[in-house]
Amino acid sequence: MARDLSFRVAVLFSFLFFGFINFVCCNNERRVGDALETDFSGLSVPLEHSFELDDTAKFVVRGTLLLKTGREPSVALSQNPLSEEDRVKLKEVAEVDGLYRIRVPRVSLQADRQTEWQVDGYLTAFVRACAMVESHLSDVITLHTDVSGYLIGVSIVTIPGACRGTKVEDEVDLEVFNTTLSIMAPVNAPGPETSLFLERMEQETEKKGKNPQEQKSFFAKYWMYIVPLVLFLMMSGAQDQSGGGASGRAAAA
Amino acid sequence: MAKLILLLLNWIFLCCNVAAVFEDQVGKFDWRQQYVGKVRFSHFDSHMQSSKKVLLASESNVFAALNTRTGELFWRHVDKTGPEGNIDALLQHGQDAVLVIGNGHLLRSWDIGVGGMNWEMVLDPGSFRSACLVGHQGAVKHLAVLKKTVISLHYLSNGHQKWVENLPESETVDFQAVYSGGNGEVYALGVVPNSHLAIVVYSLEDGEITKQVSVEAPWLSSIPASCSVISRGLLTCVDSTTMSLYTLDLHLQLEMTQIPLQTLGLDVDPGFRPSLVSHQPNPAHPPLSEFLLQLGPEHHLLLQHNDGQIVTLRDYKPALLASFATAGEKTVVAVMAPKNKTACSINLFSAETGRRLLETTLIFTVDPNGGKPEKLHVQAFLKKDDSVGYRVMVQTEDHTLTFIQQPGRVMWTREEALSDVVTMEMVDLPLTGAQAELEGEFGKKADGLMSMVMKRLSSQLIMLQAWIAHLWKLFYDARKPRSQVKNDVSIENLSRDEFNLQKMMVLVTASGKLFGIDSKTGDILWKHYLENIPLNAAFKLMVQRTTAHFPHPPQCTLLIKDKDTGLATLHVFNPIFGRRSQVTPPALPQPILQSLLLPLMDQDYAKVLLLVDDQYKVSAFPSTKNVLQQLQETASSIFFYLADSGQGRLSGYRLRTDLSTEQVWEVVIPTETQKIVSIKGKRSNEHVHSQGRVMGDRSVLYKYLNPNLLAVVTESTDLHQERSFIGILLIDGVTGRIIHEAVQRKARGPVHVVHSENWVVYEYWSTKSRRNEFSVIELYEGMDLYNSTVFSSLDRPHAPQVLQQSYIFPSSISTMEATLTEKGITSRHLLVGLPSGGILSLPKMFLDPRRPEVISEQSREENLIPYAPELIIRTEWFINYNQTVSRVRGIYTAPSGLESTCLVVAYGLDIYHTRVYPSKQFDVLKDDYDYMLISSVLFALFFATMISKRLAEVKLLNRAWR
Repeated sequence: MARDLSFRVAVLFSFLFFGFINFVCCNNERRVGDALETDFSGLSVPLEHSFELDDTAKFVVRGTLLLKTGREPSVALSQNPLSEEDRVKLKEVAEVDGLYRIRVPRVSLQADRQTEWQVDGYLTAFVRACAMVESHLSDVITLHTDVSGYLIGVSIVTIPGACRGTKVEDEVDLEVFNTTLSIMAPVNAPGPETSLFLERMEQETEKKGKNPQEQKSFFAKYWMYIVPLVLFLMMSGAQDQSGGGASGRAAAA
Repeated sequence: MAKLILLLLNWIFLCCNVAAVFEDQVGKFDWRQQYVGKVRFSHFDSHMQSSKKVLLASESNVFAALNTRTGELFWRHVDKTGPEGNIDALLQHGQDAVLVIGNGHLLRSWDIGVGGMNWEMVLDPGSFRSACLVGHQGAVKHLAVLKKTVISLHYLSNGHQKWVENLPESETVDFQAVYSGGNGEVYALGVVPNSHLAIVVYSLEDGEITKQVSVEAPWLSSIPASCSVISRGLLTCVDSTTMSLYTLDLHLQLEMTQIPLQTLGLDVDPGFRPSLVSHQPNPAHPPLSEFLLQLGPEHHLLLQHNDGQIVTLRDYKPALLASFATAGEKTVVAVMAPKNKTACSINLFSAETGRRLLETTLIFTVDPNGGKPEKLHVQAFLKKDDSVGYRVMVQTEDHTLTFIQQPGRVMWTREEALSDVVTMEMVDLPLTGAQAELEGEFGKKADGLMSMVMKRLSSQLIMLQAWIAHLWKLFYDARKPRSQVKNDVSIENLSRDEFNLQKMMVLVTASGKLFGIDSKTGDILWKHYLENIPLNAAFKLMVQRTTAHFPHPPQCTLLIKDKDTGLATLHVFNPIFGRRSQVTPPALPQPILQSLLLPLMDQDYAKVLLLVDDQYKVSAFPSTKNVLQQLQETASSIFFYLADSGQGRLSGYRLRTDLSTEQVWEVVIPTETQKIVSIKGKRSNEHVHSQGRVMGDRSVLYKYLNPNLLAVVTESTDLHQERSFIGILLIDGVTGRIIHEAVQRKARGPVHVVHSENWVVYEYWSTKSRRNEFSVIELYEGMDLYNSTVFSSLDRPHAPQVLQQSYIFPSSISTMEATLTEKGITSRHLLVGLPSGGILSLPKMFLDPRRPEVISEQSREENLIPYAPELIIRTEWFINYNQTVSRVRGIYTAPSGLESTCLVVAYGLDIYHTRVYPSKQFDVLKDDYDYMLISSVLFALFFATMISKRLAEVKLLNRAWR
């Protein structure tokens, strides 16, 4: 349910970017971002990223997440394009197989806590920087909440996800993020499905009741086989008995 | 028609799954060992001269009677675990044994002859302090139970209360002991710590207080620890601060008499708390005037109270243990003294005089791999010539009971430590010498063609020799009657059998004793007691090197971690012989957070164990140059996770080349709403044969087989039945990506989880419907695979399809595990340990989220069972037929060399081993396979062809002549 909704929201505030990718993407055009800010009365938290040559984490702001709080949370993202310097660095990091990390602060999407959020830690995730480069910054970020609407985890994958070592020559490909963003709440696990089963059972018994033809007993169905068998057995048994009796008498005599 | 097919289908499934044991197979592939636990109280049944029973009450809340000749159980009663079933006291009189259970909640009387219950009484609430039998005029008919605020007297015959009285001033006085000397009075002794002693005397007849005194005793804090009643009501105490004995005549005196130990010429060992032991052979008579005083760890004294004087009868030094025993009218003292490093001698002394009795020496051999003697239980009896004979049951620190007869013959030993197995592994047995020789050929470096040929020839010769010897043995044994053929299993002739069905079980027990048990017979082949194991230790057993790498010995590593401090030690040993390995384990000065066994091996084929300390630094064991180099090369692909359930934090780390780590992901589950209760990964030795499932329309549904997947189970902190829930998170352990997140509402723990292949099965309590339910989650990639050759967590962008279904289970469960086979071709079963003691083998087929609610042609094609909300327990699914396994805590499964066969060990209070065949024995000929028929048919056909060939030839020849 929640997944459907977030998906729909993502459809609403996005348009297709690259022709060859069939994914619905959330774009980073300033104009759209502005529009979002006015529309949403929710929470805005920074989405930060870090990619360093020595793999130390130095997080800088990548964009802003706009979280719509309440019963049916949704999310939108506005982010800046990568600067020239960052693009070069990202490619360098990709060459040494470094990591591209993101983080978001731990916040609650519950309505009563939305006004002030204090940072009591971050949720982090990573992909290999080369995957980021080779996918031309096409990433899928998913935010996970728990039952009470608290953010518990973030995950990032790129599509395609593999590092094949293909060089990305065109700097322009690494300028704008092509992000698919969604927020996921836990699904309700199903309990044992008793009502449907009982319904089915009832239907079956009804069917049985309606159709007395099938309700014939075992004997009624197969009497033509059973009767000869029984007769045969009786005959042979009688013979045996008479034979036994005869021999007994003979012994007595 | 559909109904008929459904019935047929059901019938087929039933037929497929019948896996019962035939009567003649009982005990053939399985064995069970029953235990009692660490003994707290023991009594030898002495009311009959010929009796051979010993009663044991254990800390595991078990009450049992053992046969003193064989050490086997006569009967056993297993009570509830925890404080509810705790056995507070055991009193025995004649044919009856009375237990006080559950901190004075219940009083139970057992008939020790047959183990039946005589009666049970529920006592008034109040915490239990003490109990004793009360005799009067030579007969014992009552027992007194002292609680915090009341004292009650019960009839021994039916448990009814004779009287119950409140204790005076029970708010200030802590009553701790009750005593009766057979004179019609019951004494309740209480203490106001470091102030005075309170004595209340009750009349046996009506419970009236006949006397109430308080005596100054500023040095006294606990009566049972330092006082005892001797002689005719003489309370005797020992105090270490004033170095004195204190005596008080309960009938006459109002003040304690101080006798400094120095006046007796005695001295307490520094730092030792002295203790007193008195002996009351018959509750209807006052205790003996002799008593034992322990002044040091190896110093005991036999003292006597004589006309107001304390005299030393005998000084035992060195003496480890001393104990009284009575046979008929005679009372003796058995004293255990260290003889040398490997043996102790036990001697009998007359209690009256302190003289040593002749020819009563008994030698107790101390097992170098065992613990020190802790308790001495003496069974004394009168011989025909009226002299005293005795047997002793020695209890050692490692919970072993050894029963010894003169002059030192061990009649039996019981390893009660096995009642508390914590973790275990099964290790393949080594190859025989000849096989190993052959194998060893490949391991060595090649040195020339000629020598290789020679080596091969020599090893073939050795094998031939061994084979001939084997044949000769077979021939020789065949002539002997079957019962005489001994099947000795000793550590020397252990070798792997053809199908690797016999393995070495390595068990780690909570007491710190390790055992090696032969899985075929259940014999203990080696044991090793680790001293100085902290009480709350956590154990993790890892097999670093299997037996496959001859001539390198197999190697197991046990990580012992103190749960409080986090400090850990490693014990490295050979799992076949139990000996400590030559390899010195690294010292671990820092608390250890996580340990992981890598698939990397060093040059000696030992898997590398990584230990992560609280500074997130990693150390490797073994840490040779080779290993460090390998680690540097593969560091970027070594990921691990840490879980902190206190903070709800799951974090992932990656290894750096300098063996430091970096955090790469973090998931935080807020502890306000839920807490992490268990995290289950997959077993590393699990094989999955088939990558997908063939659907009804012949397409393939591929499984999502992520070896790094973790199943994290959380429980809500809110336990209200409407709001409580259970959370299931499937997290990739490398990337921290949450693959699936589900919430089971209105559910509560305890949750049991099994995680294997592409499925997770969990069991929980549904608070809404008040029943146990099973739920299964299966993950599928879909109709096409993303990358069919290799799985990488870093490159699986698409989330799997998740299917889930739940079922009602008619019983609560104790533990759960999945079967495991060599190649994973055999279908899987879940082994469910039930509280009733049964072990259920539940086909995984019944827990399949693709079970259709409405049957279609395709589902029928796929052999899916139509959905039914209830899982029915069929009696033929119990793999342990009538061999109940009490308090099953864990089930261990191991593959055997046969694909159809999985070895199962269920452990708890008992240990049970068996084999299961989830898809029946498809690769084994039946026991009653008719070899004769097959071979005779073959021979007949062979001869028939020969003859017909000959005939045809003759015929052809004849035709040619014509």
